[in-house]
Amino acid sequence: MTFERDILTRMNQHDDESVESMARLHARLVEAASSEDLLDVAYRILDTPVGSLLLAATTVGVVRIAFDAQGHDAVLDDLARRVRPRVLRAPSRLDPAARQLDEYFSGRRHSFELPLDLQLAHGFRRLVLGRLADLDYGSTASYAAVAVALGNPKVVRAVGTACATNPVPVVVPCHRVVRSDGSAGGYVGGVEAKRALLALETANRP
Amino acid sequence: MSPPPFEVVVADHGPTVLRICRAIVGAHDAEDVWSEIFLAALAAYPRLEPDSNVRGWLATISHRKAIDQIRKSNRGPLPVKRLPEAPGRWGEPAPRDDDLWDAVASLPTKQRGAVLYHYVAGLPYAEVGQLLDSSEAAARQAAADGMRALRSTVTRETS
Repeated sequence: MTFERDILTRMNQHDDESVESMARLHARLVEAASSEDLLDVAYRILDTPVGSLLLAATTVGVVRIAFDAQGHDAVLDDLARRVRPRVLRAPSRLDPAARQLDEYFSGRRHSFELPLDLQLAHGFRRLVLGRLADLDYGSTASYAAVAVALGNPKVVRAVGTACATNPVPVVVPCHRVVRSDGSAGGYVGGVEAKRALLALETANRP
Repeated sequence: MSPPPFEVVVADHGPTVLRICRAIVGAHDAEDVWSEIFLAALAAYPRLEPDSNVRGWLATISHRKAIDQIRKSNRGPLPVKRLPEAPGRWGEPAPRDDDLWDAVASLPTKQRGAVLYHYVAGLPYAEVGQLLDSSEAAARQAAADGMRALRSTVTRETS
């Protein structure tokens, strides 16, 4: 049976040519999928000072930004389940987001002008995210203050949950919401990332 | 389990489907057929039932698209059952300097299909039989015959 095993190995091996072919075929598939409106979720990975970020967009806008700590594969699975399973690595749809994030991380950009798709945030959480857009670059507010701004001091815990489940962190600046004692508090990308973002903004504050 | 992101389907199965396309329709048309297969699969993907056998589903689409291509590049439409059971090669020879792929491409249709769908795509014989419009036992026999033919061809060429 060694002959059979040998044949099977030879039939199933990857060669350089097939790797090249796959890159070409993948690009061709993405192009065809875009033009036939079959690309429901496009994504790319962006290297940043706070680690690699997964950026994902529907045809409506940016739907998800995720840190390494969240597990990119798990996030892609989640997108397939909660948005649509037609998820492909297709960087060009994310070019504007990647460019603006690069500018943000270099300190040159203080606000984002990107269409967002907030379908992964529902009800009250979505309301909170809308409110966070009012927080200026380089400033912070406490969870309690955001609750008060929403008209109900009792919802402070719900504000924390909305921040913890923010589908588009950085662009919707939940990192600017901190504890009342001034400490950073938790963050969807880990507390180190939160501190780094706050430090970046403090250094580049207008 | 809900279906994985389509990107995972491409990564997991793309190279295998390409190998099968090359062996069935030839290197010249393989990439066109691969593209048709994956675009059709992408279009249908949201309708795939949870817990479906993605591999088998993709093999069905691949088989259909490969047959379409063979019909296009041959004289006229022939149902697969009546394709000549004689050695024949579709399109150009295998792309790599690989006697094995030439030998696979030269197998009779059923044997080639059985070898590719069982040994390369990894489908059980029951599913291979369905794809080839025959029984599980016939698929098993065709794969065994195919492997025996490969053995004699490849051994003869390398010795």
